[in-house]
Amino acid sequence: MTAVIEVRGLTRRFGDLTAVDHVEFEVNEGEVFGFLGPNGAGKTTTVRMLTGVIDPTEGTATVRGHDIRREPLAARDHLGIVPEEANVYLDLSVWRNVMLMGELHGVPRQRRVAEGDRMLGLMGLGERKKQKARALSKGLRQRLMLCTALVSGPELLFLDEPTSGLDVQSARLIRQIVRDLNRDGLTVFLTTHNMAEAEEMCDRVAIINRGEIVAIDTPDQLRDLARSSQYVEVSFEAGAPSADDLEALTGVERVVSEGDRLLLYTQQPGRTAVALAGLADRDGLAVGELRTCKPSLEEVFLYLTGRGDGEAAL
Amino acid sequence: MSELAQTWRREARGALVIAKKNALLYYLKPPVLIFGVLFPVFFFLTFKMGRPVAAESIVPGMVAMVLWFTASAVGPLVTPWERRAKTYERLISAPVSLRSILAGDVLSGLVFGACLSVIPVVIGLALTDARVTDPLLLAGGIVLGALSFASLGVLLAAPPASSPSNIMLLSNLVRLPLLFVSGVFLPIAQMPGWARWIAPVSPLSYAGDLIRSGFGQAAYFPGWLSPVMLAAFTAVLFWGACRFHRLTRARGL
Repeated sequence: MTAVIEVRGLTRRFGDLTAVDHVEFEVNEGEVFGFLGPNGAGKTTTVRMLTGVIDPTEGTATVRGHDIRREPLAARDHLGIVPEEANVYLDLSVWRNVMLMGELHGVPRQRRVAEGDRMLGLMGLGERKKQKARALSKGLRQRLMLCTALVSGPELLFLDEPTSGLDVQSARLIRQIVRDLNRDGLTVFLTTHNMAEAEEMCDRVAIINRGEIVAIDTPDQLRDLARSSQYVEVSFEAGAPSADDLEALTGVERVVSEGDRLLLYTQQPGRTAVALAGLADRDGLAVGELRTCKPSLEEVFLYLTGRGDGEAAL
Repeated sequence: MSELAQTWRREARGALVIAKKNALLYYLKPPVLIFGVLFPVFFFLTFKMGRPVAAESIVPGMVAMVLWFTASAVGPLVTPWERRAKTYERLISAPVSLRSILAGDVLSGLVFGACLSVIPVVIGLALTDARVTDPLLLAGGIVLGALSFASLGVLLAAPPASSPSNIMLLSNLVRLPLLFVSGVFLPIAQMPGWARWIAPVSPLSYAGDLIRSGFGQAAYFPGWLSPVMLAAFTAVLFWGACRFHRLTRARGL
């Protein structure tokens, strides 16, 4: 698989603070790569280094083989960027905003006009070409930002919190368009706080905490990391075994009651489920529902970052 | 095409796109109009009213003053405005070098200053006895002066401020004192000794001298010196602008 981005020992310090600490990862061609982390973890600083806004203190990265320090313009030629804290030019028309970014990328006039028209149509902004960007809602401005990022036909799209604070319709449209573009070969680097979005869209996810990468894998594999967050969920039609009996079952670490359901946290959900069925049979209890559950990406995220012992889990 | 030629072509294209964007967005912004257009008009009226000075003798000074304020007004506005409007980050992450972006800012100051300085030329010719005796010197003074003033404006925008008013304040702290020692209101030869010592450190002195020569008035500096000094000021100020903007960016500000 070809790596579009290769990051090696990337570090950024602001005075005494190390915002990003020797980060290493690769983003492969055609994948949607999620970059997750709590506030202040170093996500945006990493993106700002990769997109040439700030220089790394140490280490480097390549985009399509171009070193971001030695060949910054060649590296940026391949990128479309929707930064987190960014805006369109409010006093320019929708059309002029799109054309401006096309011109800055050196897209020939005929192609940028055709592509601009196509992108605005795709984003539902075709009717608003002559409107000043100031007149657009936040959701429409974000769609316009995406148009300006895509008009040059980039191979790699950076999206920093693209749906944060948007209405449901705009967020859904943006996700759908990104998915479609990805299907057509666009590589996407997605930074988000929205775990459902990451779970839904990303082929692989990196989790950064306190400037260091604590995990990189597919969402499925990441769920396996948080083994202690796996559980067996069970409900009984009438009655229930005692807490002591449940805690004595194979692999059970703790039992949590949620309404009429019991969650048995275990690192061996299959064996625990079998033991639980045996217990119910022995006590003559009718099981209403029994299933083994992996943790959600949100639970993995909290496990790896919130408790601060992510490395231990690896 | 050689790699060097391609690089220059790319830089020039980027600068032109930036200049066009600046023209569309910033030429009519209130701070540009207030500090670039109203300031020199009121300075002129303050100087002229109630004084027994022939109107034609102050036309060159008026042209130089308008050029000074207009060409140096665009640069200090653009970067802080872009930072505040949150468009700056997107701009510097485009495949355009910082040098090219700043060259575009200088270019937009040059065009703004040169175009607006035509107004006092036309008014002076129409309403006073002033005459242009050497159009080449006048045009050279305007273009070279605008280049150096616009470069000064871009340099002044380097501090990491996101409020245009802070940078405008800083720029006026630099522009106003230089205005009074540059022979705009009074020919340098007639200024007190201390002012004649300071005058050579201001690019406005050389631009004013060229413009004055264009209107047939006596020059203070040798004819070859003013273009050379204006070119040198442009090179040094632009180099400083690139350096300080890069430093500000490197610090993540």
